[in-house]
Amino acid sequence: MTVVVIGAGPAGISAARAAAVRDASVLLVDSGPSVGGQFFRQPYDRPRTLPGVEHLPSTVVWAVEGRRVHLLSGPVDGPDRRARTVDADAIVLATGAYDRVVPFPGWDLRGVYTAGAAQILAKEQRLPIGKRVLVAGTGPFLLAVTKSLMDVGASVIGVLEANSPARWLRTPLAGRHKFGEAARYGALLARHRIPYRTSTAVVAANGDGHVQTATVARLDNDWHVVRTEEIEVDAVCVGYGFTPRTELAIAAGCVLANGFVQVDIAQATSVPSVFAAGEITGIGGADLAAAEGTVAGIAAVGGDVPSDTLRKVRQGRRFAAAMAQAYPIKPGWRSWLATDTIVCRCERVTYGALCDAVETRAATGARTVKLVSRVGLGRCQGRTCLRNAADLTGVPFPERRPIAAPLRLGELAAEEEE
Amino acid sequence: MHVTVDGEEVPVRPGQTIAAVLHTLGRSRIFCGIGVCFDCVVELNDVPDVRSCQRIAADGDIVRTRS
Repeated sequence: MTVVVIGAGPAGISAARAAAVRDASVLLVDSGPSVGGQFFRQPYDRPRTLPGVEHLPSTVVWAVEGRRVHLLSGPVDGPDRRARTVDADAIVLATGAYDRVVPFPGWDLRGVYTAGAAQILAKEQRLPIGKRVLVAGTGPFLLAVTKSLMDVGASVIGVLEANSPARWLRTPLAGRHKFGEAARYGALLARHRIPYRTSTAVVAANGDGHVQTATVARLDNDWHVVRTEEIEVDAVCVGYGFTPRTELAIAAGCVLANGFVQVDIAQATSVPSVFAAGEITGIGGADLAAAEGTVAGIAAVGGDVPSDTLRKVRQGRRFAAAMAQAYPIKPGWRSWLATDTIVCRCERVTYGALCDAVETRAATGARTVKLVSRVGLGRCQGRTCLRNAADLTGVPFPERRPIAAPLRLGELAAEEEE
Repeated sequence: MHVTVDGEEVPVRPGQTIAAVLHTLGRSRIFCGIGVCFDCVVELNDVPDVRSCQRIAADGDIVRTRS
């Protein structure tokens, strides 16, 4: 049987490996040049290999129709990528997640990055985002990014955690392993005298074209600003948790719950022979993703999942639940915006224009708000702004994107001819 | 290995992304770094809207930035 695994991060790698050792013909598809995904960001010259797995690097899945998977292989964004269509007996979706950033005045200046971008530039390209850097947002990922920035010689002048998670670090639910990790990062920060400030955030980036100062605010419990100061920086990176990449799951017809793909104990989605693992089923980190991937890979070939793997998944989910509780996004961020603050970066839609669409022009549904304001209609297809726009307007925006990756008309035409 | 950025020849290392090359020149528009936001698109070898953060530089690439 043929199993197509989409995404070669921790979940996809584990799924591919588990299916391959059970003699399935496994195709592992990933947009990156080597396996590893966003978590195992690794220098380019150290590719991993997986025995028994056909790995398709630099390959995007631009559509899924039933169990038919449409692929394009070649340098990113074409124009001469090779098209291929695969009919799978089972599909494992392991498409992962990307940083969520809530908007604030000046977040569109040069020198403002997502935490993930800072991490990738440091770990893969060995480049610091700046010389004098603030790391801000919420969640333990900020600490991992801080370490990577230090490794490439950036001076991190502060790590700003919007929540106050000290209590979470003491809860036994968090897991001993993760506690150790947090403690190590804590020691690293202390050794280099990097301030780690809780209930604090970057609420504005200021500068002419490029960020020159950050407005740093002390926050109350709901993230309303209590007081501010300006700090000189040449780069800021921001991360407020992660958004799952669900478009392929939605295209396949999978049922979602709270924005994540719903799965049963065998990682099966609501669609027969379609499985999901990793961050698209809930944000839980690499260890949980890998365990879920193993379960999905075994289940995809109809195997019996060992109970210790299932136990690992259960433990991981407990940890994930504790983490979600400790690092929520609080509604006060909305008060950081001014009317001229950009919400949709592609179409340059401001907060004021968005409010105008809803209040003055009485747009109520997702489609109308988009058409009136143009929010979410740009090149990124709303991936960066729609969750924020939903929080700002109260209008839910579906994540339906039938064409999941950009392709050139010429590439589409070439596929028709074959 | 070299690429040309807005008419200027720039040395590149194997595995470097176009965005990383631009970053070293102080001219990148990286935001998300993983091909989601499209802020960093450039014209590459006469093809518009190529995400520079996802594209590995190839010898002789001709890059045009928007600025």
